[in-house]
Amino acid sequence: MNKEAFLCELREELFGLPQEDIDERISFYREMIDDRIEDGIPEEDAIAEIGTVESVKKQIMSEIPLARLVKEKVKPKRRLRVWEIVLLVLGSPVWIPLVIAAAAVIFAVYASIWALVVSAYAADLSLAAGVIAAFAGIGQFLKAGNPAGALFSFGAGVACAGLAILLFFACAWITKAVLKLSGRILFTTKSAFVGKEA
Amino acid sequence: MDIQLKRGLLDVCVLAAIKNEESYGYQIIKDMKPYLELSESTLYTILKRLEAADMLTVRNVEHKGRLRKYYRITQQGLGRIEEFKEDWKEILSIYNFITREDARHE
Repeated sequence: MNKEAFLCELREELFGLPQEDIDERISFYREMIDDRIEDGIPEEDAIAEIGTVESVKKQIMSEIPLARLVKEKVKPKRRLRVWEIVLLVLGSPVWIPLVIAAAAVIFAVYASIWALVVSAYAADLSLAAGVIAAFAGIGQFLKAGNPAGALFSFGAGVACAGLAILLFFACAWITKAVLKLSGRILFTTKSAFVGKEA
Repeated sequence: MDIQLKRGLLDVCVLAAIKNEESYGYQIIKDMKPYLELSESTLYTILKRLEAADMLTVRNVEHKGRLRKYYRITQQGLGRIEEFKEDWKEILSIYNFITREDARHE
């Protein structure tokens, strides 16, 4: 791929970012490629050192906050016509609740995923409390002269401890998975705002 | 190196690369290469951030029929480097504490 093709493709992929931002980034990459070529690196290799269009886009997107992408997307590309404004105002009882509902659904999905994580930790905590209760029970059974009860209580305590430890590892795994998932959701959401016009 | 640790160092490294004389993007990447691997988009973000914080100024210079951006450090930028040096003394004393703990176990 030559320089112009690379930059052209990158420009298309960044569609959706503020125009000024795109121009500045493209001229930055152009300078970077030109300086490498001047340094004696063949054009193809110079571009390869920069990375693929896809990897460059990914890096740029991870650095831009989602709020800025959304703001750019909803900004009209031209002045609205009178009838469009009238329609927007008249339609507001319909589209405003719809937007709020969509945001609420996304929030609810997100909250319920994290609720799952919290409940897993709560279950683990209750098992840990069970361990303490069971070991406290040993003393009570011994005081009451019931060694069998004490042994049972000891067994129950050990079982609780084992389960608590296992569940803790499960909790840690779930937390990590959810964090990774959140990152993916954020990236996918950002992707919806950047790229070639559908 | 730990990614968080590296991120904190990058801004100061870029300032250090232009500390003595103004420089341009590719030169900064080349100067830093032996110490820190820096991608173009990361450098772009750092330069933007440093410019917004008035730690450097940018000017376009015509070079062989094209434009090249040169970055020059400001007084604030130099101040940031000094700040980092002070921080580093603290980090060094913490480092000494960490390695002393190691020595006790040997």
